[in-house]
Amino acid sequence: MTWPLLVRKSLRQHALSTAVTAASIALASGLWLAVWVLQEQSQRAFTSVDSGFDAVLGARGSKLQLVLNAVFHLEASPGNVAWADYLEIKTNPAVALAVPLAVGDNYRGHRIVGTVPEMFTGVELSPGRKFEIEPDGRFFESGFREALVGSFVARQLNLKPGDQFRPQHGLEAGDQHEHEETYVVTGVLKPSNTPADRVIWIPLEGLQNMAGHDPDAATDVSAVLVALRSPTAGFALDRHYNKDGTRLTFAWPVGKTVAQLFDKVGWFAQVLRLTAALVALVALAAVLASIYNSMHARRRDIAILRALGARRATVFGAVVAEAGVITSLGVVAGLAVYAIIISVATAMIRERTGVVLEPFAFSAVFLWAPPLMIFFGALAGLAPAFKAYRTDVAANLAPES
Amino acid sequence: MPLLAIKDLRKSFTAPDGGRVELLRVNAFALDAGAQCALRGESGSGKTTFLHLIAGILQADSGSIQLGGTELTVLSEARRDRLRAESIGYIFQSFNLLQGFTCLENVLLGMSFGPGTDRAAARTLLERVGLGHRLDYYPRQLSIGQQQRVAVARALASRPRLVLADEPTGNLDARHADEALALIRAACQEAGAALLLVSHDARTLAAFEDVRDFAALNHPADPEVRV
Repeated sequence: MTWPLLVRKSLRQHALSTAVTAASIALASGLWLAVWVLQEQSQRAFTSVDSGFDAVLGARGSKLQLVLNAVFHLEASPGNVAWADYLEIKTNPAVALAVPLAVGDNYRGHRIVGTVPEMFTGVELSPGRKFEIEPDGRFFESGFREALVGSFVARQLNLKPGDQFRPQHGLEAGDQHEHEETYVVTGVLKPSNTPADRVIWIPLEGLQNMAGHDPDAATDVSAVLVALRSPTAGFALDRHYNKDGTRLTFAWPVGKTVAQLFDKVGWFAQVLRLTAALVALVALAAVLASIYNSMHARRRDIAILRALGARRATVFGAVVAEAGVITSLGVVAGLAVYAIIISVATAMIRERTGVVLEPFAFSAVFLWAPPLMIFFGALAGLAPAFKAYRTDVAANLAPES
Repeated sequence: MPLLAIKDLRKSFTAPDGGRVELLRVNAFALDAGAQCALRGESGSGKTTFLHLIAGILQADSGSIQLGGTELTVLSEARRDRLRAESIGYIFQSFNLLQGFTCLENVLLGMSFGPGTDRAAARTLLERVGLGHRLDYYPRQLSIGQQQRVAVARALASRPRLVLADEPTGNLDARHADEALALIRAACQEAGAALLLVSHDARTLAAFEDVRDFAALNHPADPEVRV
């Protein structure tokens, strides 16, 4: 009973410094967990996004830019693909499905993408899972000024079947030219937890022929999403377009291409981790400093305990345990900090990319990081514990007579 | 055989100039089990050091201290701690209560390093010293006299064979000093513990039948003669 009582009493006696120290530990551990999980989850989510396609064909240029544009609806299109190139890959025996995309317009900052109905009817996002439409809606029909709205856009702009809108030129919101064509919303996609949720979908020819667009490029498309009949078919197409050809780029596989993004920003993740580690180090130093500084005032109490029969090892252990308990309190509070950071970050990533992270999914970091933090916290208690260990009992008891 | 038997006990300290100065040299001292003895001595005469040596808080340079047949001077520090926790109660002039602990917890701490905690026994002890209604009070919420009574209860908490009292009435006015002294003596008697009290207060010393002059016991070497 002695250690728990001694630790509990000490924490209570030094409640303010305990709270401040535990709060700094909470920030550090929350930040550490959030950085770790965000990096882990975002990499996994982006590289395994359920787009339903294996590859992207686009203009000659960066594969990463192509995938970001066609799959994640980020970045600008690297260029156009001629209609003949679309037909060529569409009719390639190795290709199960080829879906053309055309970009260039937006509505109040949300991207408008022209495509064909097969984008929704012919694709399985994952085995057995297809795009679905909310009740009272339907897919658009080719040749009509109709629009299918992604769930995120519908929620943001409060769009519903029957609503009308006029597209604006350009990929981002601004003071751009507003097209004369008026589109009618025919349906809203059920949340698919894919980047498609952030897009307003219209028939391909609608975007190609929008007034003000270049008539010479009216038959071009921005990119072609490609589903392969077999995983190995990509090798031949990769050779055909990337090695033998010079006009087009074949980004395959999509996940591997996105992984390049994380390779490129890997240094940033390292900086974040290093920052989190430094914050943790400072927090652990705070544990050491707060207990160490209180040791002078606690010399008398330690001497009294020793006079009552407490062994040096007992007071040593009590101080180490106190450091461990302060760190543990901080780590527990750190889970709340983590929950706040990860919730905000997940919402932001979803809003900006459509990619859904699972903030509270299990990660191995929860198994090793908290115990490691508590271990180092207890370790930080060694210096003050050693000071307690060396306390001169006789000198710190009642004045000599 | 006496409960406490001391022979040729010596203790010296390092002086500021680095030399060793002998503070204590007691050739012989004995105290029977259950006996009550007062040591008279002036401030700075080495009485507290003498008690610290008996309690095992300080280690003697040489000599013998036997408590209930156990030779303290050959024990390791950890075993001296254990012996002190189980067999010796200590009452200080300044009470030395732990301010962050309640009366009950202070008494429980007196048990926890020795025989183990017994809340019922701790309550009984506090009731015995008249503080049964102040179990959850903190020392700062008590009067000086009440604080000394908690210290008495704590000293007896481990059912010690020997209670050491270092100027226990030094911080009390005459009325409270008389009450505290009577309580200490009665409680030790009831518990069957021997009492060794040091004081320079004549009124306190007058309460004892066995009063010994510490100056007559302690013959340290001349301070000018470095040991």
